[in-house]
Amino acid sequence: MKNILIIVLLLSFNSLFSQDDLMDVLDNETPKHKEFVSSTFKGTRILNGHSIENRKKGTLEFLISHRFGRINQGIDELFGLDQSNIRFAFEYGVSDRLMLGLGRSSFKKTYDGFFKYQLIRQTRGDKAFPLSISLFGSTVYKTLKDYDPENKPDFNRKLAYTSQVLIASKINNSLSIQITPTYIHNNSVRTNQDPHDIFAVGLGNRIKLSNRVTLNTEYFYTANPLKSIKVKDALAIGVDIETGGHVFQLILSNSITMIERDFITETTNDFFEGGIHFGFNISRAFQTGGKKKKKDF
Amino acid sequence: MKYILSVLVCFLLINNLKAQDRYLTKQGTISFFSHSPVEDIEAVNNQVLSIVDIETGDVAISVLMKSFMFEKSLMQEHFNENYVESDKFPKAKFKGKIVDFENLENKSKVSIQGDLTIHGITKEVKVDANIEIDNDNLVLNGVFTVLVADYQIKIPSVVKNNIAKTIEITFSLNHKKYN
Repeated sequence: MKNILIIVLLLSFNSLFSQDDLMDVLDNETPKHKEFVSSTFKGTRILNGHSIENRKKGTLEFLISHRFGRINQGIDELFGLDQSNIRFAFEYGVSDRLMLGLGRSSFKKTYDGFFKYQLIRQTRGDKAFPLSISLFGSTVYKTLKDYDPENKPDFNRKLAYTSQVLIASKINNSLSIQITPTYIHNNSVRTNQDPHDIFAVGLGNRIKLSNRVTLNTEYFYTANPLKSIKVKDALAIGVDIETGGHVFQLILSNSITMIERDFITETTNDFFEGGIHFGFNISRAFQTGGKKKKKDF
Repeated sequence: MKYILSVLVCFLLINNLKAQDRYLTKQGTISFFSHSPVEDIEAVNNQVLSIVDIETGDVAISVLMKSFMFEKSLMQEHFNENYVESDKFPKAKFKGKIVDFENLENKSKVSIQGDLTIHGITKEVKVDANIEIDNDNLVLNGVFTVLVADYQIKIPSVVKNNIAKTIEITFSLNHKKYN
């Protein structure tokens, strides 16, 4: 009697086993893999400053950015819309990790060239790592002739350099944060009290409002600001709106420029007294080269 | 005690034998194709897991959405981020049965019926497939279509001309005997 019981038990086990889900077999067979976290931010900029995102290999991005005048200039200047500073740039993904860019800003007639290299990518799954780390370097060349013609600066004196370490983490699907230690070197300064080397740190985040819209904020704290002008820390708030190959960013910021050296060290407006510039970044991405041949089915 | 042991061994053997009727692949191919007046979009996934039990006719397929490779990297990003929401719904799954699965060895065409889950939404589908079985291999391939709207994948109006309403899905699953 006891034995029969055991057999029945085993048989019922067996029938359980034979029903064991094929899906479970597949789940067990799924190779362990690590997965790179993507889309920490939507665009290559958080707002003014660079985000951890690179354009992938072969992607050429044409970026047009505008910052209008101050909102508190009132109706005479149509709340700043009468003035604008424009930067346009070509930015290219040489590889999935390395991105190069060249830009020109109307403000002080400035050229800038930069590289951004992805050192470490945040991963999930097997051997997860919570941070993405990139290096950023840019050189800025100012061509505005705002100097005494008697005392024309040479090429070197018009250069300035920015180095940043971008450290970002996509905490979850809706929240990403970034911390950006920054070192800026100016080859020339206005007065002797102004430091040639400036240290700053940036804080940025994005909150996903929907699949295509995010709310971003960005703040730069400067440890040793310029002395000859009354400098404020740069603050910006804005939204990213994504449609197909475009990303639109609508921005409210107390900086008028879009180059790291300028907005980190030379922002003079007080955000909370209406010294706010409305602006936008528009990017259009083109895929170049490396197109796969179409497969025949 | 001996008796129990022998029963256990028997049961294990039976279980083992059963498993012999299964065919598995970890490198199946599934691609999809969207044709629209503006652009053609195509993506290929070469890491599809699929298993077929010819004893019961059961079929299970598991597809990691992030393994779909696109020609344009931005498309791939948008596909995962905005359309199928791969962080929320990492896998597409199919669980079904081969209709009329007796004498599969002698057949070249079968129908497979079951539940297809994409983007967290499950719909019943019936798909025709070519089948080829020999001792060690079981090959299934075919083409079918799905409606994007069926799976609640939202397409914003700005790009509605870029993405077809009906997506053509091609599969080629070359299973090996699984023990």
